[in-house]
Amino acid sequence: MTKVSMRTYSYLFLLPAGIIYFVFYLLPTVLSFFFSMTRWTLTKWDFIGFQNYATFFSETSLSIGFKNTVIYAVVTCGLKVVFGLLLGAFLTSRVMFRNYLRSVVFFPTLLSTIAVGIAFSTMMHPSHGVFNAALALIGMSGPDWLGNTKLALLSVAFVDVWKGVGIATVIFIAGITAIPQEYYEALKIDGGSNWSAFRHITVPLSRPAMNSVIILAFIGGLRSFDLIWAMTKGGPGFTTDLIASIIYKQYQAGFYGLATAGNVILFVCVSVLAFPLYKLLTKSEVDL
Amino acid sequence: MRRTKRHTLAALTSLLLVIVLLTGCGGSGGSNNAGANEPATTDDAGSGGTNDAAGSDGANKPAEKQTLTLMVGNTGTTLEALKNVAAEAEKKLNIAIEFDIKPDGTEGDNLVKTRLATGDMDDLLVYNTGSLLQALNPADNFLDMANEPFMTDVMDAFKTVVTIDGKVFGAPVGSSSAGAILYNKKVYSELGLKVPTTWAEFMDNNAKIKAAGKTAVIASYKETWTSQLFVLGDYYNVATQVPSFAADYTANKAKYATTPEALRGFEKTAEVFKAGYMNKDFLATTYDVALKMLADGTGVHYPMLTGGLDTIMQNSPDKIGDIGVFPIPSDKAEVNGLTVWMPSGMYINKNSKKIEAAKQWVAYFVSKEGQTAFSSKVKAAGPYVIKGIDLPADSYEGVKDMQPYFDAGKTAPALEFVSPVKGPNLENITVAVGSGISDALKGAKDYDKDIEKQAQQLDLPGW
Repeated sequence: MTKVSMRTYSYLFLLPAGIIYFVFYLLPTVLSFFFSMTRWTLTKWDFIGFQNYATFFSETSLSIGFKNTVIYAVVTCGLKVVFGLLLGAFLTSRVMFRNYLRSVVFFPTLLSTIAVGIAFSTMMHPSHGVFNAALALIGMSGPDWLGNTKLALLSVAFVDVWKGVGIATVIFIAGITAIPQEYYEALKIDGGSNWSAFRHITVPLSRPAMNSVIILAFIGGLRSFDLIWAMTKGGPGFTTDLIASIIYKQYQAGFYGLATAGNVILFVCVSVLAFPLYKLLTKSEVDL
Repeated sequence: MRRTKRHTLAALTSLLLVIVLLTGCGGSGGSNNAGANEPATTDDAGSGGTNDAAGSDGANKPAEKQTLTLMVGNTGTTLEALKNVAAEAEKKLNIAIEFDIKPDGTEGDNLVKTRLATGDMDDLLVYNTGSLLQALNPADNFLDMANEPFMTDVMDAFKTVVTIDGKVFGAPVGSSSAGAILYNKKVYSELGLKVPTTWAEFMDNNAKIKAAGKTAVIASYKETWTSQLFVLGDYYNVATQVPSFAADYTANKAKYATTPEALRGFEKTAEVFKAGYMNKDFLATTYDVALKMLADGTGVHYPMLTGGLDTIMQNSPDKIGDIGVFPIPSDKAEVNGLTVWMPSGMYINKNSKKIEAAKQWVAYFVSKEGQTAFSSKVKAAGPYVIKGIDLPADSYEGVKDMQPYFDAGKTAPALEFVSPVKGPNLENITVAVGSGISDALKGAKDYDKDIEKQAQQLDLPGW
């Protein structure tokens, strides 16, 4: 084999993956920047410059959408970290039926989001739903979970946490199991309590796991769509619209160029928020 | 041992993947072949234009059985009725129909647009007429039926809503209907109420119904499209008082927020909410539940399309005689008429490989025989739009209520049939107005903005 082909033949192995990456990832990304500046009917397009961006930013429900997206991302992310860590710590300790409990926690993750959304929206029906029927048993009258404009978004966020906490727990379990036992032994010899083991060993040393959970959950929250669509479709009115649901509605209306512009904006927003967050988090990681 | 097990597993999985891939391709390949194997009917019919009409009497029965695909929505009884027509047509024409069921509303619009853009549309499509049809770019996608003999009996009132740039694209599926108030006649006579002719009388009736412990106005905002009736069904009142509204509105001169008569639609949506006349849990109530409330008499007024009568017939057939229809009242007694919706259209995919078979099928569908098969399963929600097809004597009570308005010429087509401009977010805006999240004026302003966005995206002149 000649020297040149020795150097280049290895690239041939990368070619299949490279082509797939180019055709299905790189090309659409670049094209979406282009189509975001057109009036596009899927078969024809006219170049209209930045008009779509101007239209998107003047969308009435956009401010609600931005606010909701951030609230939703922060709430779901925060709760997933807290519950994931607690469940992770609990499920790595010596409890009965540990494996069974682990699968129970993970189980909701396996369900279809749409099915979960429909099931919960039935359970949250103000007068026939299980939730309010249960509250009625103890003499309380439940709210209209999905109809109350102040509560609807949080109700959906709650379901998102119920469904997504399994993944967070699994990551935390992996992180906590990786902590060497010696630290716990040392603490025991020094006479530390279970609480201080959790507070001073488990929490700081599962930091890498926590960072993964935060990043995954936060980005997931920012671009969340399916659950909110299954449960409220952005309603009542526009009160639970997220950026993604606004984009989807534009796509539904056949405003493909406008919707693509929205996606580019969403892409920029997620990057702007996620990269600094990632930097900040990785800086505070400690070596085991 | 372990090793072999793992190898077997790997081999099995790869096999499975390959199978999945192959069947995936095979599926679409199969249907292409089916198209290619068709007898040369296209050439046949191309040579003689006369055999179109012959399609309906079955003289031109092709030797080999053909199958057409037809996409239709899943709401109401249209599908059942079409199945009945398809069964009859199969006997006559030897053309079978394979139904492809789509969701209705914006979800369905999205599907149809995507299927058209990817060249994956069925041979026949049942879809809305008017502004929604215009958004599909019909000249590129559907066959011009203007010169087809079977279109001669279709009334002009219908043809106008499927005509774009002089081309006629669709045949009517079912009857016309109205956007009006469905009401429970039994409760009306129990409470001694009279059909209102003004909005003030309507609100008085509501107060009495509420005092009697019943729901005066049923709302089913869980399905957002049902929230638009006070705005869309009010159009007769707008058109009668401001005759130039449709033209000015299309030309970006008249706005909902600045035309008081048009703004009334939003105000009416807000007023019934503010007065507390609506059912509890209206945000969680669905269309079917709302119609059941109306049939049972727990709710008395339901602003809805008269197509809802058919669902009542299906779900509570013993109550259908109790349901009447009156127009959405205006503020003046002399302005009192119905806003009319034209039926959906049946379109032939221009790029279908079986256009001739599709034409034959549509010809049969529009013929008296086809219409009889159709209306045996779905009763009319309003007068028919094909000449010679009259309302049968056993029509719904509610439909009989509508006839006088048609006879007196007190009808107007809904705005979506006279203007291509229709904002996609009206249903969300009317939910917001109808549940007190925003007031009527803000709703109207938001809708004007929504319209502007649509007009710009469609690149309409003047926006």
